[in-house]
Amino acid sequence: MSLRRTLLTSRRILEQLGHDPRTLALLLFVPTALVGLLAWSLTNDPGAFDLVGPKLLGVFPLIVMFLVTSVITLRERTVGTLERLFTLPLTKADFVAGYAIAFGALAFVQSVLVSALSYTWYGLAHQGVPWRISLVALCAGLLGTAFGLALSAVAHTEFQAVQFMPAFILPQLLLCGLVIPVRQLPSVLRAVADVLPMTAAVHAISPLQTNAYYVGQFAIMLTYILVALAVGGATLRRVTK
Amino acid sequence: MDRSDQTTFEVSNLRVVRNGNEILKSISFQAAPGELIGLLGPSGSGKSTLMRSLLGVQAITGGSARIMESAAGSPTLRGRLGYMAQSSAVYLDLTVEENIRYFAGVLVEPPSEVARVMDVVALTTFSRRLVSSLSGGEQARVSLGVALLGSPPVLILDEPTVGLDPILRRDLWRTFEGLAKMGVTVIVSSHVMDEAARCTRLLLLRDGTLLFDGTPASLLAASKATNYDDAFERLIEGE
Repeated sequence: MSLRRTLLTSRRILEQLGHDPRTLALLLFVPTALVGLLAWSLTNDPGAFDLVGPKLLGVFPLIVMFLVTSVITLRERTVGTLERLFTLPLTKADFVAGYAIAFGALAFVQSVLVSALSYTWYGLAHQGVPWRISLVALCAGLLGTAFGLALSAVAHTEFQAVQFMPAFILPQLLLCGLVIPVRQLPSVLRAVADVLPMTAAVHAISPLQTNAYYVGQFAIMLTYILVALAVGGATLRRVTK
Repeated sequence: MDRSDQTTFEVSNLRVVRNGNEILKSISFQAAPGELIGLLGPSGSGKSTLMRSLLGVQAITGGSARIMESAAGSPTLRGRLGYMAQSSAVYLDLTVEENIRYFAGVLVEPPSEVARVMDVVALTTFSRRLVSSLSGGEQARVSLGVALLGSPPVLILDEPTVGLDPILRRDLWRTFEGLAKMGVTVIVSSHVMDEAARCTRLLLLRDGTLLFDGTPASLLAASKATNYDDAFERLIEGE
């Protein structure tokens, strides 16, 4: 693995997005606008935004980064750039880490933007710590990237890649505690929900828990990130059969 | 430079089966540095598969392919084989320069190499244009530029002149001839038979089998034809 090649790959991915200002704007501002919309819609229910708003900060980056990564990686496979890279001295680890760093950086900017506006303009009075919320948003973005890399191997077209979103993300969204509190779920679903990455993101944002609890939630997210990145790397084939 | 005592390619009884179809059936040939090899044959004859096998990105079912004394696909060959695929295999949403700069970085080539290559493929004036805004022929030149980075000793070019105007085709063939004269082994696939005359050697492929391996002159002599299209037809009919 080479740090230089990894960082060059990250830079190249960011340059690609830089030439696509519309995607970049959607990536950064849609989550911000949605959280704002939520805050506005809950104006007549004091305290409700403080409860729900932060949870969304753990959900949006995962969805957005999942979509962008799966489409852009799939494009590398279909256009032939991935095959070309594999005739060059670039390792799979360079490739995967390059993606993780580029989209991790974007997820970070996105999270800072959303939480900054939430705490100021949207009037969020959350008892959590802002830096932890940003860290959760970063992890959620990395989760989306890692899953996007892994799932791009299964999708054959960009259309299929987009279809994976409802199949893969929506069940997690239903079970993560945003719609129904996790503790009110039937026991089997609760057991499943407790180990899902999106639930861990929502849990890690919830206020007034012990440090051990937070460490546990971050550990769940980190495990998923590493496993999904490893799977994503393993599905990259230098040689076609 | 004299490297004629070495072999660049050593392919023996190469067989490739993909999804139950036998794409290549026992291909054998050798090539030395400085050869400009035309790999000709109709589409579907196995040209791309043969090239991808040499590159090591296509799994080999039987036989062997060695390049500069290493097995095809060996990590020591990465970056030493310039490759241009049929798809452009460059980033459409980057500029010409960003593309070449990225691949040059992966190869650890200096910035001067980026400028040199853009000059060779005559794309310096397009350097800030997005590849997606270029014509097919211009995109092909970006791809060729990437293949030329670092002056690799072997060039594997899959239909590099498709869709190019005659002047550009002539210029590119002159580039290939110049590289071959410097000792680079160049293998170029084409389904345009009249490009055969430019090569020092021809490999004719049909249905995964080598029909002919020799110089352009010997192909015309053997088939008693006056042009390469006729020669190829007669070879197929006389099978």
